[in-house]
Amino acid sequence: MKSEVKKENSMILQKEMIEGLFNDLANAKANGRKVCYTFVPGNLSELIRTFDMLPVYPEINALQNAMRKKSAAYIKEAEKHAHSEDVCTYVKCDVGMLLKGNIGPTGQKLPEPDVLLLSYTGCFTFMKWFETLKREYPDTTVIMLHTPYQENGKMTPEMTQYMVKQFHEEVIPKMEAVSGIKFDEEKLKKHLELSKESEDWITKIFDTTKHRPSPIDAYFAGVYYIGPINIGFRGTQEAVDYYKALYAEIQERIQLGLGPVTPEGEMSEEKYRLVVEGPPNWTSFREFWKIFYDMGAVIVASSYTKVGGVYDLGWRHNPEKPLESLAEYCMNCYTNLNLPQRVDLLSKCIAEYGADGYVTNSIKSCNSFSAGQLAMMREIEDKLEVPVGFIESDLVDPRYFSYSNIKNRLESYFQMLAQRKMMKELANQPSNT
Amino acid sequence: MKKYYLGIDLGSTTSKSVIINEKDEIVGRGITNTRANYKIAADIAREEAIYDARFTLLEEKIGESQGKRPELKKYMEDLKNVFKYGQFKRRMDSLEKMLIQTVENFSHPNKADILEKLKIIIEKIRPQIHHEFIYEMLGTKNQFFRDIVSEKYNGEVSNIGSEFYEPLILAFDKSITPTENEMVSYNFKELVIESIKILDEKYQGLADTQGNNNKEDWYYAELNTTKDNYETLAYTLRQHIEAIADEEIPIANMVGTGYGRALLPFPEDCIKSEILCHAFGAHAVFPNTRTVLDIGGQDTKAIQVDSYGLVTSFHMNDRCAAGCGRYLGYIADEFGLSLNELGPEALSATRETTICSTCTVFAGSEVKELLNNGEERPNILAGLHKAIVQRAMSLIARSGGVKNEFTFTGGVARNQAILKYVKDMVANTYGNLTMNIHTDSIFMGALGAAMFARRNIQVNLPKAQKSEVREPVE
Repeated sequence: MKSEVKKENSMILQKEMIEGLFNDLANAKANGRKVCYTFVPGNLSELIRTFDMLPVYPEINALQNAMRKKSAAYIKEAEKHAHSEDVCTYVKCDVGMLLKGNIGPTGQKLPEPDVLLLSYTGCFTFMKWFETLKREYPDTTVIMLHTPYQENGKMTPEMTQYMVKQFHEEVIPKMEAVSGIKFDEEKLKKHLELSKESEDWITKIFDTTKHRPSPIDAYFAGVYYIGPINIGFRGTQEAVDYYKALYAEIQERIQLGLGPVTPEGEMSEEKYRLVVEGPPNWTSFREFWKIFYDMGAVIVASSYTKVGGVYDLGWRHNPEKPLESLAEYCMNCYTNLNLPQRVDLLSKCIAEYGADGYVTNSIKSCNSFSAGQLAMMREIEDKLEVPVGFIESDLVDPRYFSYSNIKNRLESYFQMLAQRKMMKELANQPSNT
Repeated sequence: MKKYYLGIDLGSTTSKSVIINEKDEIVGRGITNTRANYKIAADIAREEAIYDARFTLLEEKIGESQGKRPELKKYMEDLKNVFKYGQFKRRMDSLEKMLIQTVENFSHPNKADILEKLKIIIEKIRPQIHHEFIYEMLGTKNQFFRDIVSEKYNGEVSNIGSEFYEPLILAFDKSITPTENEMVSYNFKELVIESIKILDEKYQGLADTQGNNNKEDWYYAELNTTKDNYETLAYTLRQHIEAIADEEIPIANMVGTGYGRALLPFPEDCIKSEILCHAFGAHAVFPNTRTVLDIGGQDTKAIQVDSYGLVTSFHMNDRCAAGCGRYLGYIADEFGLSLNELGPEALSATRETTICSTCTVFAGSEVKELLNNGEERPNILAGLHKAIVQRAMSLIARSGGVKNEFTFTGGVARNQAILKYVKDMVANTYGNLTMNIHTDSIFMGALGAAMFARRNIQVNLPKAQKSEVREPVE
């Protein structure tokens, strides 16, 4: 019973944090706060906070609108304004929302951007997205920070220097001009110290899936856990407190031998442990999740929970080298890694968390994620001899989620896993039984 | 007592069932179309498989007393064909009644004339079908009741005059589904005896000697040589029918698969994914199979299997049925052809027209455009068949390519043009490897299901807590 109360505690904490942010945003103009639109991958939360600005994440608004069943109307609105059917549905959902008055997912009006800060260009759609927004908000300052892709599988000192130069010459001067606040490196360092702390905690949290049964689902529940660290709270004491509380709750679940909490209560039996690649579908999130937990499948690791930063391999923000650290953070996003790095990372997850299978949810309108997914899957299958599954859906366009198709494929996949598990068990049995 | 296991594959267009014995050998097969009702389709397919199993038992019995003789095989094939006619005839009687009743309920002013024309049609098609069954072995050609009767009926309607076209087609459309939805029970013994009589008539007047080096003639000549040869067979048959007709075919366990599997009143562990079943079935027939391509009515599946017949990965088409059986059905309708005519006509093409559309409906408009431009029909059909296989090939590529041996399953594998393109493209892309295509390819899912049924039962056996798995074949 105690654990129930504690579980609610971290959820309440997160709810308060996000409500607080949206309230601040609703009152931003009245309070003279500057607003910075940016994206989750490569987000420079600490820098934004150093200039006392408030962040807005268009893709988070889109996914939240989808979960609230509002995305279909927004997408329709964007298509009515000649936005093509096949482009990223996050973009269309955001544009549609803008065209319909820019009322955010919580029902409060979102402030117009003072800055459009693009700090991650691994997804080129992001560039076009802000170009579209710039047409709608012609007075906004646009800051373009070019993040080199880790094409050779590593970050070189030259790449870091290239980015630091941009901070000095482009990013910081423009943020100073918009905010009217002088850049304070000490302030940034303090935020980075707290970022490092949050990053330690979240790594420990996602590491708890090593336990059997896994106390958490690292995909469906994981998307809630990454909320604070991804949407502007990284670098704050609030985030550190949230992750401490969450970790304590999970520890209690481990001690009690409990499995993950699902929307329909505790998962009673952990039958399959999976690693999932790709973003979830947001429009039918609960239905999608249900297919998994109904079959006793728990996700022990997912690539999606690493889009806001890859901390598993030990990388942390470093207050001693603030700008270099921000540069490295941008380059170290999951989708900025090259394919062999991603395969290595996922393979490590499969091995360390004892996964029985690997599932790709390929997103129809997301080229950034989908390119290379099949090749990665094949490589993982060959290298680890792990059963792989492939399904297709979309981010926030409800027209592209086919429940029966996905269920049919997943059912087949789970039956296939069951067979393979049985074979393994039989192979391990003494021959005379 | 012997035990049998039943697998039912409730596909989107056809329902198949297979009965196997304790050695995984197929003893009965049943097939029907699924257009009407999943439940009825499953029942009909199961009944068919049971009749077929009785024939297998009969053949075994006769084989025991008469030895394995080629003319015996021919006689049994003929008998099954005539038996099918008997089944067909009973359903046809039912359809005739339904047609008359439907027209009688019409409010058309010229109802009496329509009725008269209808009766003329029925009288015309009845002997045609009789002849095709008895002398052209229609019963061995795996055609469905609806397809046979509609082809004949529509043919006659078009001869009758345009003022009757609409009401006569309406009468057929209204009557065929309830007739298909009706379970018709047959008395196995009666029907076999009736079939023997029909065969006796057929064999009277058969040649005593082989002519023109025709294999078929040889069998008939052999059957008739001693004049009483077929009579001996018929006599032996009669002796065994009694026992076989009453013999219980105890189904120890059954497993359902296919699109309609969730509708079957089976426990959860007796419902299996068609992917697993197709792979398991294909692997049972061809134990070295590593890649299975199954093109069914609504979807295409590329499946990779291991040496145990267990699936290692699979890919399915998504959101669109272009490239599946339904696509062929649609194309057949576009051209006013029957499904069976598509493949042969495509094979007569002089070149393949490029068909770009991956969408069934757009392919239809592309076809119209090509026809308008004067393109030959066989060339268009060849292009369509090629396009289907190209789509399947990209799916195979996604699933990991073709590994030796490759097995092609599903209803579409019966189309010779598809087969040709599959063979060509697999060989061109993946080199020289063994390709398996079996006459039972459409039954692979049901066979796999039956094999799972045989293994599942062992889960409940006291000493074995886990299902038995197949031994490696190599």
